[in-house]
Amino acid sequence: MNIAIIGGRVIDPARDLDTTASLFIQDGRLASLGEPPAGFEAERTIDARGLIVCPGLVDLRARLREPGLEHKGTVESETRAALAGGITQLCCPPDTDPVIDTPVTAQWLIDRARHFGGAEVWPIGALTRGLGGTHLADMHALHKAGCVGVGNAALPIKDTAVLRHALEYASGLGLLVFLTPEDPWLSAQGVMHEGRVATRLGLAGIPESAETIEISRALMLIEETGVRAHFCGISSARGAALIAEAKGRGLAVTADTPVHQLYITEDDVGIFDTNYRLRPPARTAADRDALREALATGVIDALCSDHQPHEEDAKERPFGDAEPGIAGLETLLPLTLRLADLGILTLTEVLGAVTSRPAALLGIAAGRLETGWRADICIYDPHVEWIPTPASVRTRGRNSPFFGTTMRGQVVATIQGGRIAYERPTAP
Amino acid sequence: MIGAQPGGVHRRRHFLTTEDLGGRAITEILDTAESFISVGEREIKKVPLLRGKTIVNLFFESSTRTRTTFEIAGKRLSADIININTSVSATQKGESLLDTVRNLEAMHTDLFVVRHPMSGAADLIARSVPSHVHVVNAGDGRHAHPTQGLLDMFTIRRYKGDFRHLVVAIVGDVLHSRVARSQIHALTALGTKEVRVVGPRSLLPVAVESLGVTAYTDMAEGLRGADVIIMLRLQFERMSGALIPSAREYFDLYGLTQERLALAGKNAIVMHPGPMNRGLEIASDVADGPQAVILPQVTNGIAVRMAILARLAGASAGEGRTP
Repeated sequence: MNIAIIGGRVIDPARDLDTTASLFIQDGRLASLGEPPAGFEAERTIDARGLIVCPGLVDLRARLREPGLEHKGTVESETRAALAGGITQLCCPPDTDPVIDTPVTAQWLIDRARHFGGAEVWPIGALTRGLGGTHLADMHALHKAGCVGVGNAALPIKDTAVLRHALEYASGLGLLVFLTPEDPWLSAQGVMHEGRVATRLGLAGIPESAETIEISRALMLIEETGVRAHFCGISSARGAALIAEAKGRGLAVTADTPVHQLYITEDDVGIFDTNYRLRPPARTAADRDALREALATGVIDALCSDHQPHEEDAKERPFGDAEPGIAGLETLLPLTLRLADLGILTLTEVLGAVTSRPAALLGIAAGRLETGWRADICIYDPHVEWIPTPASVRTRGRNSPFFGTTMRGQVVATIQGGRIAYERPTAP
Repeated sequence: MIGAQPGGVHRRRHFLTTEDLGGRAITEILDTAESFISVGEREIKKVPLLRGKTIVNLFFESSTRTRTTFEIAGKRLSADIININTSVSATQKGESLLDTVRNLEAMHTDLFVVRHPMSGAADLIARSVPSHVHVVNAGDGRHAHPTQGLLDMFTIRRYKGDFRHLVVAIVGDVLHSRVARSQIHALTALGTKEVRVVGPRSLLPVAVESLGVTAYTDMAEGLRGADVIIMLRLQFERMSGALIPSAREYFDLYGLTQERLALAGKNAIVMHPGPMNRGLEIASDVADGPQAVILPQVTNGIAVRMAILARLAGASAGEGRTP
């Protein structure tokens, strides 16, 4: 389908472009920016005046829950929710059931998302078989099947020798390794940040050292093996400082943080509010501010939704029994935009943190408005205020502390592979 | 803060914590309890305040003292009491906590007395029940045990009078203790001169000072000049990993012996919420000695729990059950 997007404010963070222009899409690709290609006839014209046109978002971490936990979400429900959030590409961690440790599972996920016309899924293959932390998974086969990298999701590899071998092997194949920095011993009992709020509520805490120790252990091995590594979900100031120091030494490391970490602190747990049961936990206001700073200075490369959808019952439990996480696909964009409103980064920079920067660290041809590239585009209205509610979102997840709060910036349309994959319903 | 906080509104019609009660409310409850003491000493130990009301003691953790004194308190107020003792593992097999509660509520329960091993369980239940049903927290994880906290205040007031002149030392496993947290909130609300926590650093919670207490790891320093010593039980069942080296070393450092007791104020009282581990946190001769008020604590527990039940019943006086 030939699509013309007319008169929008086009922002392409990869080349620091911010201009009012029209885009023309032909044969699934971005044919031109500015003037239509010769003989172009639009079958569909989108009036983007007053709207922002940017690359489709690239989400580094979203649980789809399928296969294995379909009552929480499915490939269909969650990849469509992603499109409604302006996300055209997402990485899916391997902790599904069965685990993504065979090419079949990886291929199945990719095909299924395509079948339903949802956001494109990039599986992260298992680093160890069954995520068991003892035997290496068939990483080459996983990579060939379409995995964008390998990792052990949130499951620890306790045996440091196994972790070292896994990193060596991945390094030899040139694979990106995703690491979750959480020491299993220090975090075993914990359900929130260790500090005054946990003490008041009588909840077992997860100390900051759970993060810094695991980052440190991994960094030593990254340095030895030369592997390309990405740290998932930095939550503390000292954790960010360790990443900064490693980058300063020239290690090939990158890092992300879930966008909600830049807003939520331990105090939000309030009186056992299970919507704030998170992993990694929200820490102090000083940590939150340091994470914002780390994003601004590029120590943290990208923001992600860290989408973890749950059914209601998973949160209607005593705090420690409640399952961790936020269903965040549809609030990734407005929460990211809010960082520009707060003056932490420019609009182009914050958009880069959810488009070109994650795409670059994954090494995928996405996250940019490049002529000749597949047309994955997000068009949003920067002024609209809206309130997400469990009834209004497309994810099957019923868990978000942002439900009932005002968001600014709403996706009007998402174009994926040159077709209009999502359009905001028009008011009746 | 970003999201909508489920504020503490639900806490007002329930009794879940001593944290936000305030000194005046605590004093009122203690005064009411004082008037109930005589009921227990009468020939006919009953008043009709809760006649026709159904109380369910819902205990997901074993208890002797708390459950029994709640039962007696309820009976003296003429309520009908049902005891349900269940283990969390049994409910986890199928029914969720809230489903258990909803089923019991469907049997027209007016008041739940709940004990649960998870912090926040009582708050969760309180949020879910309809407005004419009350919830009393009889201990949730490490979070709160407010009726124990208040009966300890009652006991302290009876023996020592005005809190504003008192130095209170809470000794031992503060980390795992819901009793300590409830005592600390009540003591600070009542304007206690100094509240101390004493114990090995591994059994004192991080940032415990933020609760308004002074922390000591040296037992002698912590006891010096104290008017009230509250010994806590070592909660081995909640401990995981290497928190203390051995029972013997613990007693050597933190056990309350006659010699150590002599460091405290001359007329200091010794309290323990029970159950006691004799020879582990407290020497037998101290536990049975003249300064110990451990058994009166139990007796006072009935009057204080009556006062709390009556207060909640009063809060809903005249309210009918909505069909």
